[in-house]
Amino acid sequence: MLTRTAALFLVLFVFAPFKVYPEVVQRTLPNGLQVLMAEDHKSPLAVFQIWYRVGSMDESFGKTGLSHVLEHMMFKGTKKYGSKEFSRTIQRYGGTDNAFTSMDSTVYFQILPSEHLDLSLKFESDRMANLLLREEDFQAERAVVMEERRLRLEDDPQSSLYEETEAAAFRVHPYHWPVIGWMPDLAHLKLEDLKQYYRTHYTPNNAFIVVVGDIDPDALFKEIEKYFGSIKPSPPPEDRISQEPPLDGERRVYLDREAELPYVVAAYHVPTLLDEDGYALDVLSTILGGGRSGRLYRSLIYEQKVALNVFADYGGLHRDPYLFTIGGTVAPGASDAALEKALYAEVERLKEEPVSDFELAKAKNQIEADFIMRQDSIFSQAMTIGRFHLLKDWRLKDRYVENIRAVTAEDVRRVARKYFDRDKRTVGILIPEARQAQEDGKGKEGR
Amino acid sequence: MKRGSGRVAFLVFLVVLGLSSPARADMLDVKRSVLANGLTVLHVERHTLPLVEVVLLVKSGVVQEPAEKAGLANLTAALLTEGTESRTATEISEQLAFIGAQLDVEASYDFTRASLSVLRKDVRRGFEILSDVLLHPTFPDEEVARKISLIGGSLQQSEEQPGFLVMRAFRSRVYGKNPYGRLVRGSRETLGDITRKDVRDFYSTWYRPDNAILVVVGDLDREELGKLVDTYLDGWQRAPLPPPVREPMPPEERKVVLIDRDLAQANIAVGHKAVRRIDPDYYALRVMNYVLGGGGFASRLMETIRDRMGLAYSVYSSLAAYKDDGHFVVQVQTKNSSAGTVIEEIVRQIEAMKDKGITGEELEEAKAYLIGSFPRRIDTMGKMARFLSLVEFYGLGLDYPDRYKELIGSVTLDDVRAAARKYLHPAEAVFVVVARQSEAKVSPEAIEKAP
Repeated sequence: MLTRTAALFLVLFVFAPFKVYPEVVQRTLPNGLQVLMAEDHKSPLAVFQIWYRVGSMDESFGKTGLSHVLEHMMFKGTKKYGSKEFSRTIQRYGGTDNAFTSMDSTVYFQILPSEHLDLSLKFESDRMANLLLREEDFQAERAVVMEERRLRLEDDPQSSLYEETEAAAFRVHPYHWPVIGWMPDLAHLKLEDLKQYYRTHYTPNNAFIVVVGDIDPDALFKEIEKYFGSIKPSPPPEDRISQEPPLDGERRVYLDREAELPYVVAAYHVPTLLDEDGYALDVLSTILGGGRSGRLYRSLIYEQKVALNVFADYGGLHRDPYLFTIGGTVAPGASDAALEKALYAEVERLKEEPVSDFELAKAKNQIEADFIMRQDSIFSQAMTIGRFHLLKDWRLKDRYVENIRAVTAEDVRRVARKYFDRDKRTVGILIPEARQAQEDGKGKEGR
Repeated sequence: MKRGSGRVAFLVFLVVLGLSSPARADMLDVKRSVLANGLTVLHVERHTLPLVEVVLLVKSGVVQEPAEKAGLANLTAALLTEGTESRTATEISEQLAFIGAQLDVEASYDFTRASLSVLRKDVRRGFEILSDVLLHPTFPDEEVARKISLIGGSLQQSEEQPGFLVMRAFRSRVYGKNPYGRLVRGSRETLGDITRKDVRDFYSTWYRPDNAILVVVGDLDREELGKLVDTYLDGWQRAPLPPPVREPMPPEERKVVLIDRDLAQANIAVGHKAVRRIDPDYYALRVMNYVLGGGGFASRLMETIRDRMGLAYSVYSSLAAYKDDGHFVVQVQTKNSSAGTVIEEIVRQIEAMKDKGITGEELEEAKAYLIGSFPRRIDTMGKMARFLSLVEFYGLGLDYPDRYKELIGSVTLDDVRAAARKYLHPAEAVFVVVARQSEAKVSPEAIEKAP
């Protein structure tokens, strides 16, 4: 029983949806550098990101970790600006800067008062072309990266298991190795490797810029042109074609580690979001792993009490096809076998019964709300634009919600049947080793 | 039924709004009011996205729970969304998910905070569920048992995280029997002693409107908020609160804790008590901390231990400020064999700070960062709502965003040196090292002799 006003309102709402994301303005410099800009004036800030299309997937056997070590070296200065001068200057203006490397890209960013955006342009353009790579800096920074590896991987049993599982899932494709690299490879990298890698991949035609915030795109683009326009393009790096052959049977990896509870990861090979199955896989991951109303939480944690925490993740935003992973930490008193069995039961259920209208709508609402909520942060906005652009084209983000909305229950069942095959999965299991030092440790504690 | 009384309460809401002079902050137009039932309401209108962020802060947390029931505040918070008079745990999570809303309730030492993010079109539904879990939780026995076993399991899993081991030991030595010395989650032992009645009592004692702050930021005008508050929070009754108790702090003394684990890195924490959030020295300490180890790539500890020596990926110092005394701590991870060298360097840097303070250039850089980065602390609606809930909780005043520039800007070189001398004292610090001790070879004696 809608009143006339309410009905009118509803109609308006349907036909004039709130514009939730600012328009992206795209320009390209003659040297091939693409620039994506979006205005958002809610605070006097801007985020500047430069995305290089280079990540661990572009490395080669024996030289793993190169992309990430180079990312560290990018903070070590140029002829013009000394080591760390960039970060110090940005911070002096209230900003912050950092970088991250993934399998698919290396991204440098600053978040700062928009009136000081010229700092980003000045420094980023300089280090795109004029990085100093000095032996002494390299030696110290390699040691830092080794500490990072110890911190993130070696002393974190669940991350170690993930690394092992990924390595088993990919034998041919370079997703086989971890972004941070294998320790022996790190030890053997040479400064010359970095120099060559830098020359090959840090070129304007292998990068794109994303700026979101309190900006005027026309004026900003002129400035960008001034700073980046004179950098010469290079022949594009060779496109590496590497396809993981289909698995011909289940692969299993066990890792014995000093840990408290077993942990299970099951990984299935899936296409990227560009594939016609991508959006259905995205919806499926929310049906399984979407918070406390997700199926994995409901079944494994709440009802069966075999898990302490669970996850389902569709890695659809990679340059090459990656993995759909599900798993969790085994609850005290339960077994990894029980958790694994419960995981597969949920997967089988998806293949058998179509999801209900309510559950499908719920998953879509969650994805849509999350998508809108993320727009509140200029950094997340820039990440969304960048990730879609790395995949293919930032315009995909404007159709994202629409594409999610179009997924049917039958699509979900179809992709579950197509990809979640027992013979095509890789399973990793962390087996806790009894802690040798426990009693000693307790004895020594205190003084 | 509840709707009937709504209109009256709404009038009260408006009257109160009219009476309280709406303090205007420089960047934030915050409207503050206090309802008839004692609930403080802060409101900021933002129409940049069809989104509403709600924070409900209850001014009680770990500090208000008995030591033998450690974990009670956290358990109570976690159980709010696990069943009400009209909804089961599953219905609550399904209904929130259906509107794509996020509702998290989290206890901490001084307070408990519920945060709701909801799309504007579903704000009424969001408020209705929030008020239901806040006003009518039932704490069903089986949910209490389930939650206790999940929290117990997460505590067990934490035992495999070196960062957890180091900070648990650090807290317990710095704060002793003071509630700040415990974990928010409690321990597996104390959790086992908590009953449904304890939860119920904790809830009914502390979850009261006159002990709470509501912050709403987003796409909602004053009148709409008034109606929602009326309809959904009007039935919340005030009750007498127990008087505040200030738990004693232990004396400061040097303590060395070595925990042996099969690890590639030594995980180290060095520190001691510092100041309360409202201490006037807090701002000089913030500046000092920025230069010493809080300033990311610009800090002295990063410059020496990471950049020059290549001994760590992450090294930083931080100040935790609470209602009562907080703490200062340096945290770092380094390969086992470098543990001793890194501890020496940390102590050397702290001593140098006490001796010489900071330079004029460092002072300017630190101030410029601390002032210039302020807008980033409130650059989303969620961050703004959480920030305002703290401003109100600590009584910093709605003009705080204005005064902040002055508070940091007026810090002098002498203030920083005086604060460093008054508050830094490595001789009576707590040192915790979680490592493969046979390789780390950090002996308590060596630490005693550290400069």
